[in-house]
Amino acid sequence: MKRRNFIKKAALSSLTSLIGAEIVFGNLIPEGYAPLFLQDPDPFQLFNKDTRMTVLNNKPWNIEAKAHLLDEKVTSNQFMFIRNNGIIPKAIDLDNWKITFKGESVQQEKSYSLAQLKEKFTHHTYQLTLECGGNGRSEFDPPAMGNQWTVGAVSCASWTGVRLRDVLEDVGIKSNAVYIGYHAADTHLSGDPEKAPISRGVPMDKATMDETLLAFKMNGKDIPLAHGYPLRLVAGGWPASASGKWINGISVRNKVHDGNKMTGTAYRVPCDPVEPGAKVKEEDMCIIESMPVKSLITFPRTGAVLNKKKTLEIRGHAWAGELEVANMEYSIDFGATWNSCSLEKPVNRLAWQHFSAKVTLPKKGYYEIWARATDTQGKSQPMILPGWNPKGYLNNACHRIAVKVV
Amino acid sequence: MDRNEEFRKSVTIIYKGFIVFFAFFGIVLCLLIYIALDHTFSAFKQEDDTPYADVMDIDEDRIENGIHVRTGLVEAEGLMEVVHNCTNCHSALLVTQNRMDKERWAATIDWMQETQNLWDLGKNEEIIINYLVTNYPVPKKGRRQNLENLEWYELEE
Repeated sequence: MKRRNFIKKAALSSLTSLIGAEIVFGNLIPEGYAPLFLQDPDPFQLFNKDTRMTVLNNKPWNIEAKAHLLDEKVTSNQFMFIRNNGIIPKAIDLDNWKITFKGESVQQEKSYSLAQLKEKFTHHTYQLTLECGGNGRSEFDPPAMGNQWTVGAVSCASWTGVRLRDVLEDVGIKSNAVYIGYHAADTHLSGDPEKAPISRGVPMDKATMDETLLAFKMNGKDIPLAHGYPLRLVAGGWPASASGKWINGISVRNKVHDGNKMTGTAYRVPCDPVEPGAKVKEEDMCIIESMPVKSLITFPRTGAVLNKKKTLEIRGHAWAGELEVANMEYSIDFGATWNSCSLEKPVNRLAWQHFSAKVTLPKKGYYEIWARATDTQGKSQPMILPGWNPKGYLNNACHRIAVKVV
Repeated sequence: MDRNEEFRKSVTIIYKGFIVFFAFFGIVLCLLIYIALDHTFSAFKQEDDTPYADVMDIDEDRIENGIHVRTGLVEAEGLMEVVHNCTNCHSALLVTQNRMDKERWAATIDWMQETQNLWDLGKNEEIIINYLVTNYPVPKKGRRQNLENLEWYELEE
């Protein structure tokens, strides 16, 4: 009886933490009744997401996939993670939407309407891997504050747009240009119109790559609202926060962009490795650029039980930030021995690569299948957590699934 | 004959007396054995299954199985300081679902004092913080945890 009450109270308190406010008379909610704020808005319906996705936060919205939901070669919207820093813009006026190029290092300020962008510049389509810098944060010890992403804050959709480089050339850039920073239409959680929820960017080298797009299509259709409709930056292989959504401005800077979440400790890791739990001064934190090598087993779903059968097909994806994955292996004995997977080339640079293997499990019992990718510079995924950092970024420890033979 | 009759009667009375005595003694003995085995006479009570039993608790600081029943807090040194200072305004669940070290608990107490009308805890502050970090330590995840919350399913061909 006490246990039942306790469970009810505990469930109530987790609801309370979800909405960030006390539910007055919460103790009177009938069992099995979902409070209105949970019924409406239904994020799965609202964003057309599969209901097996995990909602980590609802203000701002942060939703992640699970490994087995990412089995598709090209990620569709229903399985694409959402990482928002502010409130999604409402009432987007397509006809009057424009993007303005400004900053210390433009020859002159210049704006383009969506129609002008689409008409004036050549369209390009690339499949690009976008992974949240904090993907895997939940594993760090001591714990890092923030959304507790597990493995599902990664996607690889097909993006269509114009090259940022082509537009920058048309605008005219001074030789002292160092960095670009984006500006967007989302609004700050506090409601303060002067505050940008996030305004990050990339150095000129990354900004002017072939694959860095101002995109207006995802998987051949208009970009879904939660993913940046009508226009977003896509800078594959870097923390996805560099790929700003709802873009209406680009600043070309003569220094490292200093917008919100570029400075302090956001999207930064210690320049030199530190012991777990260390306090790191802001000036000793360096901006994350390329994401590290990583992979996911997307089939089978963890927890598979094989009945009188000892072979198993596994498959998944591997990616390596700016680099390519050179080698893919799996282990069934906790890393004691490794076997090769067959690995496909990426469809284009910065797209994830698909791997598969036929695994033989020698006898009855519990197994973990571990997956390990190695990039073209010989760096592999660690089997334990990589270097601890205060904000819990860049966890690329090898993915593991549990399998039993009975 | 009369004497014989009288003697026989006396023997019968004594005999009956003995039976009554031993019967009584036997009953008392059984009772004593039962009390020794079930001193609360629980076998004669109905199981109390109402969910509201807690409200009826006369002793609101009752401890059961090492848990302070009213708040759910672990019984340990500093328990009552926590109960009296930390469960007046908010539920103890707010305390127990958080895991912090000494420094962060102290900062949280400062914040409650600055913004939430928490009083000066005096020498109890150290007792409370020690209780919290001892009984609700930050979980050690180590460098890699076991795979948990597995939902086993049969994999079809």
